[in-house]
Amino acid sequence: MMDEIDRRLVNLLQDGFPITERPFAELAPQFGIGEVEILARLEALCSDGWLSRFGPMFDADRLGGATCLAAMEVPEEQFDAVTELVNAHPEVAHNYRRAHALNMWFVLAAEFPDRIDQVIAAIEAETRLSVFAMPKLEEYFVQARFEA
Amino acid sequence: LSEEEVIGRLKTLVETGIIKRLGLIVRHHELGFAANAMVVWDIHDDQVGDIGRRMAELPFVTLCYRRPRRPPDWPYNLFCMIHGRDRHIVLAQIAELRGALGLSQVPYAVLFSLRRFKQRAARYRASDLQMAGAG
Repeated sequence: MMDEIDRRLVNLLQDGFPITERPFAELAPQFGIGEVEILARLEALCSDGWLSRFGPMFDADRLGGATCLAAMEVPEEQFDAVTELVNAHPEVAHNYRRAHALNMWFVLAAEFPDRIDQVIAAIEAETRLSVFAMPKLEEYFVQARFEA
Repeated sequence: LSEEEVIGRLKTLVETGIIKRLGLIVRHHELGFAANAMVVWDIHDDQVGDIGRRMAELPFVTLCYRRPRRPPDWPYNLFCMIHGRDRHIVLAQIAELRGALGLSQVPYAVLFSLRRFKQRAARYRASDLQMAGAG
C-alpha cells in the first residue's frame, strides 16, 4: 500500500520534476525525507506496479510522428478475430472495447504520418470492415492529474 | 555528451514543448480509476474552441480534443475523456460538466470502456534533422 508520502510524491511528480543534477535531493526537504529514500520509494512504486514509467511524454507531431484515433463497428461474432488482427499491428498503441455501435476504438502511433493511412488500409483489407479515422484537429490542454 | 549538456538539452526539450511532460506516468487503473468514459459532443463549429478550452479546465477531464465529424454515422466533433473511481462518479461528473458549460441541449454520447485489449507507451524516433532544430 502507498502511504501519505508516496501519495504526495506521485501527485507532485506527475507534473514534472526539477531538471538538475540531483533532482531528488532538491525535492527531499519538502517531503521530510532524504534523497536516497525518495529514490527507494520510487523504485518500490514502480516494482509494485503503481507506475507505468518515469520519463518523457513526447509531442509526437513535433517529432515528425503521428497519432490517430480510429473506430470500427465490429459485428459481435467477429469481435475476437478482429481484435487479434488489429492488435497484431505494432502501430496500435491501445485498443478499447466501448459501449456503442462503433464498438472498437484504438489509437495508432507511427513514426510518419503516411504510415497511419497505410495501417488503416491494411486493417480494412484484413478485416473487410471500415475504419473511421478521427485525427485530432485541435488539442485543449488539460489540468487534470490522477490523484493518488 | 557531458551530464551538463544532457541536462541542458532536456530542459530545452521541455521548454519548447517537444517533451510535453517529464515525470512519472501512473497506472491509473491500479490507482483505483476503474471507470473511463469517452464523452463525445456535437458542438456548433463556431463554439467548439471556446467550449473545448473550458471543458479541458475541469479537474476530472483527462483529455480533450476536437476531431472531425463522420456523418451520418458520427455527428460528434468534441471528445473528452473522464476517468473516475466508478461509473456513478463519472456519470455525476458528466452531469456537472453539462451544467457548468451550459450543454443541456447539446447532443452527446457516453462511451464507457468495456475492456482494454492493449496498452503500451507509444514509441517515436525523431529524425536527426528535427532534433538538431530543437537544440
